[in-house]
Amino acid sequence: MSYLTEGFTLRSWLTTRDHKRIAVLYMIAITAFFFVGGAAAALIRLELATPAGDLVSAETYNKLFTIHGVVMVWFFLIPSIPSVLGNFLVPIMIGARDMAFPRLNLASWYIYVLGGLFTLAALIAGGVDTGWTFYTPLSTQFAEGNVILVIVGVFIVGFSSILTGLNVIVTVHRLRAPGLTWFRLPLFIWAHYATALILLLATPVLAMTLTLVALERVFGIGIFDPALGGDPLLFQHLFWFYSHPAVYIMVLPAMGVASEIIPCFARRPVFGYRFMAYAILGIATIGFLVWGHHMFVSGQSMYAGMVFSMLSFLVAIPSAIKVFNWTATLYKGSIVFTAPMLYALGFVGLFMIGGLTGLYLASLALDVHLTDTYFVIAHFHYIMVGGSVMAYLGAIHFWWPKISGRLYPEMLARIAALTIFFGFNLTFFPQYLLGWLGMPRRYHEYPPEFQVLNLLSSAGAAVLAIGYLLPLCYLGWSIFYGKKAPPNPWGATGLEWQTASPPPQHNFEDPPRVTRAPYDYA
Amino acid sequence: MWAFLATEVLFFGPLFFGYVHGRAFQPEAFASASHHMHVVLGTLNTAILLTSSFTMALGLRASQTDRSPRLWLWLTVLLGLAFLGIKGYEYTSEWSEAASAAGGEARFYFLYYATTGLHAVHLAIGIAIVSWLALRARREMPIEVTGLYWHFIDIVWVFLYPMFYLLERYG
Repeated sequence: MSYLTEGFTLRSWLTTRDHKRIAVLYMIAITAFFFVGGAAAALIRLELATPAGDLVSAETYNKLFTIHGVVMVWFFLIPSIPSVLGNFLVPIMIGARDMAFPRLNLASWYIYVLGGLFTLAALIAGGVDTGWTFYTPLSTQFAEGNVILVIVGVFIVGFSSILTGLNVIVTVHRLRAPGLTWFRLPLFIWAHYATALILLLATPVLAMTLTLVALERVFGIGIFDPALGGDPLLFQHLFWFYSHPAVYIMVLPAMGVASEIIPCFARRPVFGYRFMAYAILGIATIGFLVWGHHMFVSGQSMYAGMVFSMLSFLVAIPSAIKVFNWTATLYKGSIVFTAPMLYALGFVGLFMIGGLTGLYLASLALDVHLTDTYFVIAHFHYIMVGGSVMAYLGAIHFWWPKISGRLYPEMLARIAALTIFFGFNLTFFPQYLLGWLGMPRRYHEYPPEFQVLNLLSSAGAAVLAIGYLLPLCYLGWSIFYGKKAPPNPWGATGLEWQTASPPPQHNFEDPPRVTRAPYDYA
Repeated sequence: MWAFLATEVLFFGPLFFGYVHGRAFQPEAFASASHHMHVVLGTLNTAILLTSSFTMALGLRASQTDRSPRLWLWLTVLLGLAFLGIKGYEYTSEWSEAASAAGGEARFYFLYYATTGLHAVHLAIGIAIVSWLALRARREMPIEVTGLYWHFIDIVWVFLYPMFYLLERYG
């Protein structure tokens, strides 16, 4: 009797309080949003295949990149690993029966869906053209379209994030199995704990800031409007106070995933466990203090810029510790290149490129040249797509036997992983070069000399699209026809592998007791 | 609950930040707008809210010593409602001035309505929870947790009161 066979009606799913079922609900919802955002991205790349703005109008193009950004950031990336895999795995990994607040957990999903409906309604009603950043005064005075509707959607989905964060923190504090001390926690749990802290402390600032934007748009009162004594920079400070930590909401869980997959397929305990845990907390903390590096050219004080620049460089230290430690974990390991491992190694490499180019952008003088160019686009896509999406897919494959109780076809999965890696680099590496040459972001046409690189990038996007459709097909296939999975197909440590695949409703037949450190591969 | 309160602090954050910004760049307008506030009613409300925190604490104490917390909880509800009543009167009497204000003063009024309005919403939720506790609660734990929330609302007001009412009046 597994959690999947506890009931087969739609009602039994929509009223469930089982964290595993809620995770599956999230997985379905964010997959739908991923393909909405992906469709917008496909149209953007099609438009940019030629220098002339011939496929869509400038207004439509603006709406496309806005909807791509809004959907991918708030409706896919932020809930991706935390809400799907975090929800599924956090209670199992700490030996608990469920999250601390199961009803709140289900409520978070409904809040997410409600926010998503508002955003989709705005899309159907004609879209928005402010960009995902909602910069004032564009968003408060000049933008046409359904700014308020999207803001309401993002505001609502923010509460889903906050409640999920709250749930994870309380769960990790209160529900650990006997013997599971803080420094016996898997790094996946550490990463989700730090992520939850950021969700809890950063998201409310976004909610209130966007509320102010909406109120200013409706009532015309000058919080951000300089004509009335307001200040547009105030918006940027408040927005990035959320949105920079939000990057760490997206990438910390990905780091947690890599820290599970790499030791398993290198058959070695993770190198420098405590340093890894401290590095996660370090990134989460410093991440709150670097928002000003998005505003170097906005006219903020030069001295503030220098401080923000230095703090941004500091984030590189814990990030580098993690990359070195993953590499050291591989050293002298007996490495198996399974599909999850390919994704995890892809994550480490792409995250490193994305992180190092981030240092370019954190340098004041260089940023003046590179700001608002395709270099920035390439940089954050290396972190968000190369980092987070690769890790998300790796995690889906790694824990797929646990979630579905079936094995996926390994060879097909390896081909998909390599396709995605190749397609990703072909899409985004040319954009570094374009940015370096000075092509600005957010225009639907460009001078003809940029066409070769743009065409390469668009071709890469097509490869990437195929790469993303493959897992959808074979994972769907494996639910019905895949081989039944044993409890521990990878020979991994960790409590989640000690229960059946898929787990029973309350996760364990007997409550587990922990006596050893994690990653006990020897 | 502490984690929830942390998120609440950050939720109020941008409003406070917006206020600090306005105060720094438009001190005269904020000062003159502040003179239009009903300082007597504001002070009365501060006293009412602080007393309600006291009755809430007594309610918790009663539940810890196995006495009925009902009376204290109902008193807390009553004080909360009194606060909202006075606040509602203030809102209506200031509305005409707020609507005709311009520039920095308009900004002051906007922040005033947004921040105290958000505070009032929190208080209304608090009143609903405490009423429910007064009807239903048997155990100490929910009262303690609700008490934390109630004191949080109180503390927010302790910051709002000098920001909006006392600013420049005695300076």
